Amino acid sequence: MSNPDWPLYEVFVRGKRGLNHVHVGSLHAADDRMALTHARDLYTRRNEGVSIWVVRSSAITASTPDEKDPFFAPSGDKVYRHPTFYDIPADVPHI
Amino acid sequence: MTTAPAAPADPAGPADPLQQHFDDTIARDQRVEPRDWMPDGYRRTLVRQIAQHAHSEIIGMQPEGDWITRAPSLRRKAILFAKVQDEAGHGLYLYSAAETLGADRADLTQRLIEGRQKYSSIFNYPAETFADVGVIGWFVDGAAICNQVPLCRSSYGPYARAMVRVCKEESFHQRQGYELLLTMMAGTEAQRAMVQEAVDRWWWPSLMMFGPPDGDSPNSAQSTAWKIKRHSNDELRQRFVDMTVPQAERLGVALPDPELRWNEERGRHDFGTPDWTELQRVISGDGPRNAERVSRRRAAHEEGAWVREAAAAHAAKQAQRREEGAPA
Ligand SMILES: [Fe+2]
Ligand SMILES: [Fe+2]
Repeated sequence: MSNPDWPLYEVFVRGKRGLNHVHVGSLHAADDRMALTHARDLYTRRNEGVSIWVVRSSAITASTPDEKDPFFAPSGDKVYRHPTFYDIPADVPHI
Repeated sequence: MTTAPAAPADPAGPADPLQQHFDDTIARDQRVEPRDWMPDGYRRTLVRQIAQHAHSEIIGMQPEGDWITRAPSLRRKAILFAKVQDEAGHGLYLYSAAETLGADRADLTQRLIEGRQKYSSIFNYPAETFADVGVIGWFVDGAAICNQVPLCRSSYGPYARAMVRVCKEESFHQRQGYELLLTMMAGTEAQRAMVQEAVDRWWWPSLMMFGPPDGDSPNSAQSTAWKIKRHSNDELRQRFVDMTVPQAERLGVALPDPELRWNEERGRHDFGTPDWTELQRVISGDGPRNAERVSRRRAAHEEGAWVREAAAAHAAKQAQRREEGAPA
């Protein structure tokens, strides 16, 4: 799988129904179809997935340089987005 | 979105905010991720270690691969096939991790087949009988587990995550080997003798898998400070011995070390010293199978060239057809 002409793909696997696809790694393939079959052979040899996405690494736009990027700062001061922000009396059921 | 801050090629020291952020990440036991700033030495050390590890998995297919066509039953053949395929997978997970550091996979393969990058010394020994297949699973995969479990907490995220996948699969490798040996030990006198001979061949080379003794392992301190490595070579070797002794007793084989005995005071086993000159010799290219291992990897790569070219040509044609609007 090592050829400079074969682009790099990122692989995302849905472990089972009800879960999101999760990034599991990368591989090289000549085209999208081959990337899918390689991903199956490489990342799901033991039923680790029910669905696979592959995408060319070059097509991904990332927020980083760094996980503490100011890009994420706007969510840092919005604690009211979390349920624990709200005081609910203990005798209110089912909330 | 922001653009990456220009990282100084040579950080001035702890006052450097990038260096400081990196140091804090390590100190807090958090993971370093691919696009984080990291010191050049950290990146270089990781690329070297991960590439060597990947090469070991790939070359490691050969000693056992030799036995796939000669496995004594369909069951053993299927198991061995799956095991060797897993090792290929391990190599690819690791190349994938190395690429997140800016290494190029084709270049790493080139370095391996030109003998410019190393792989584990253990795979330069031959698997002489089918009992060796069992002992490799028991000792070599067992030693790999000792090495790799702590690496699941390595400070570099993609390496640690690759190790988690690998470790999940290694347990099958070790167990199939041990079960194979149990089966042979329940067989004839000749089969039991084969197992003992294979144990005698592989014991010392397996202890050498953990690398030179701590005193002669100059890069270990830095790797430990960076939390790439979590335990010293000698500590991991000791764990392997302690883990293996009761398994050998249960199997009914003798480990070929007259100095091996339980030390009540330490609560661990004392054991003899591996022949470090042999390790040096095998690492520097003069083991029983070094030349064969590399030349076979090179042949596989070269003989596969037409497949890679054909697939690339096919992909280019399909892409062109799509562009022209014709059905693909
Ligand atoms: Fe492996
Ligand atoms: Fe293995």
